[in-house]
Amino acid sequence: MRKLLVLLSVLLVAIVLSACGGGGAGGGTQEGPFKVAVVMPSAINDLAFSQSMYDALIKIQNEMGKENFEIAYSDNLFVVDDAASAIRDYASQGFDLIIAHGSQYGASLQGIAPDFPETSFAWGTAGDTMGLPNVFAYEAYSQEGGYVNGVMAAALSESNVLGVVGPVEVGDAKLYVDGFIAGAKATKPDIQVNVNYIGSFSDVALASEAAQTHAEAGADSLTGTAQMVVGAIGVAQERGIPWFGTQANQTSLAPTVVVACQVYDWTVLLDQMIELIKDGTYGGQAYVVTLENEGLLIEFNDAYDLPAEVKTLGEQAIQGIKDGSIKVDVAQ
Amino acid sequence: MLEDLFSATVLIGILASGIRLATPYLYASIGETLGQRSGVLNLGVEGIMLMGAFSGFYAVFRTGNVWLGLLSAIIVGGLMGLATAFINVTLQAEQGISGIGIFLFGLGMSDLLFQKLISNVATVSGFPAVPIPVLSDIPVIGEIFFDHNILVYGAYLLALVAWFILNKTTLGLSIQAVGENPEAADTLGVSITVVRYFTVTLGGVLSGIAGASLSIALLNVFQQNLTNGIGFIAVALVYFGGWRPLWVLAGSLLFSMINSLQIWVQVIGIPIPSDIAVMLPYILTIVVLVLSAGRVRAPSALTKPYERAG
Repeated sequence: MRKLLVLLSVLLVAIVLSACGGGGAGGGTQEGPFKVAVVMPSAINDLAFSQSMYDALIKIQNEMGKENFEIAYSDNLFVVDDAASAIRDYASQGFDLIIAHGSQYGASLQGIAPDFPETSFAWGTAGDTMGLPNVFAYEAYSQEGGYVNGVMAAALSESNVLGVVGPVEVGDAKLYVDGFIAGAKATKPDIQVNVNYIGSFSDVALASEAAQTHAEAGADSLTGTAQMVVGAIGVAQERGIPWFGTQANQTSLAPTVVVACQVYDWTVLLDQMIELIKDGTYGGQAYVVTLENEGLLIEFNDAYDLPAEVKTLGEQAIQGIKDGSIKVDVAQ
Repeated sequence: MLEDLFSATVLIGILASGIRLATPYLYASIGETLGQRSGVLNLGVEGIMLMGAFSGFYAVFRTGNVWLGLLSAIIVGGLMGLATAFINVTLQAEQGISGIGIFLFGLGMSDLLFQKLISNVATVSGFPAVPIPVLSDIPVIGEIFFDHNILVYGAYLLALVAWFILNKTTLGLSIQAVGENPEAADTLGVSITVVRYFTVTLGGVLSGIAGASLSIALLNVFQQNLTNGIGFIAVALVYFGGWRPLWVLAGSLLFSMINSLQIWVQVIGIPIPSDIAVMLPYILTIVVLVLSAGRVRAPSALTKPYERAG
């Protein structure tokens, strides 16, 4: 009996602690501030996918004022089942908009959204709303920034070898990587782009080792996508290899080697969703952030001494994609 | 494509990166070996590693001193080890379950502290590579073996020291006796409690260092769940190595070499689907584990709390 008690208390403490990571606000009615809740697979400070959404919400909050815009979040919900309960909890607490920030949450949302017809849900990255009237879908054409980064990386390269560290060969990551390859090849058709999918969104050690391997195989520019790339960025910094980022501005991690980052600015589409919800439309639309609508931005690191002609090539690529003269063809 | 795999650059690359990758596995699995040889299974290695990784990182983040980082990982790892010993030895908890509690505690606590104390992913400058004079100048060999940071060398030294202690010292014999036949050891005046507290706390210290070897030597970054399962693989490696330090060393190396091989296979563009490539190290581990099953017997008193009869 005593053993069982000890065991239970240890488990209890552990569970309470592991649940403490997230924050949150709760309760309320339709009156008062606009209330948004977001459920994310990784940490809000991952310098990648989850942070891009959190930063966008904070930006909107700063514009609208804390009293008019409330944010609640649950992060690190990599387990879809946990995320589904969180989504349902938020829905029953009367939030105006609940964002399921992860393609993997789609199936759960399909079950939850019909139970709360007066609540609006947003799901991404995803291309369609699953036919539900109270679901918005959103995605990023991350291949566009991938292309721009690829153009500049190829132009910078002397060894004619580039290295890419990816998580799993699907979705947003695959789009970015394919875009990067397309951009590099468009600039130097004979360039070799070595791609490594490490099979994980969280294995920082393996991402680091993959970057080491790229460096040893002669890559003189590196890029990568998803939250485990912090390991690869560390290697780039240590070995002085230029790094091209995506999903968030990663300059703070490696101030001397980050060249440019594709940053997702979801505010473009969140603003539109919020307007629609206030007018009584709860969903049914699919949104995309692109370079053209400035939901995707290429942020250069001023501390990196990028040759002017390379930067010009990058800017031309941005312009070309915006006006449609460059088509980034990648298999969706 | 395939012939690229046998070029000097690639072979040296695979070996050097395998040696590096094995570091955290070695600290954690050697520590676990000592604990299991005395009869205590600690499944919480992963949680202790995370706490060690965070505390080491935090100390370096604040002070810039890597040795303070290592020290704090040792202290925090030791305290977690002590707590594990208290739960398993004194309170006699079910070891298979209490370890999961320790793991969840470490996972949650390290993330909570990270969010509250640092809040953003940041980098530090960790232990630099220390080429060993003369030896590192030997072509090929030097690059593979003698151009790493000090925690990498330490991990290999540790395996040798653990082998020596277990097999050549009185302490080692006491540890083995406590793990094989605690009643007999007790009659001979060996304190079961003291020995088990010692091995489990030491295991905690080594797990702490294992975590720090990631956060302040190999990666120089901390992120939620940084260790990502390394601690659990380490426990498997103890079985893999049949509770013998040098075999555990061999297992860690094999696992890491296959892992670095699969990275290279993808980088040089050998057309194997990435999903298959990343599975290789795990498949191989399972295969070896199955083939070696029954070859070595586990310590008889493993997972059994000791209660003096009468």
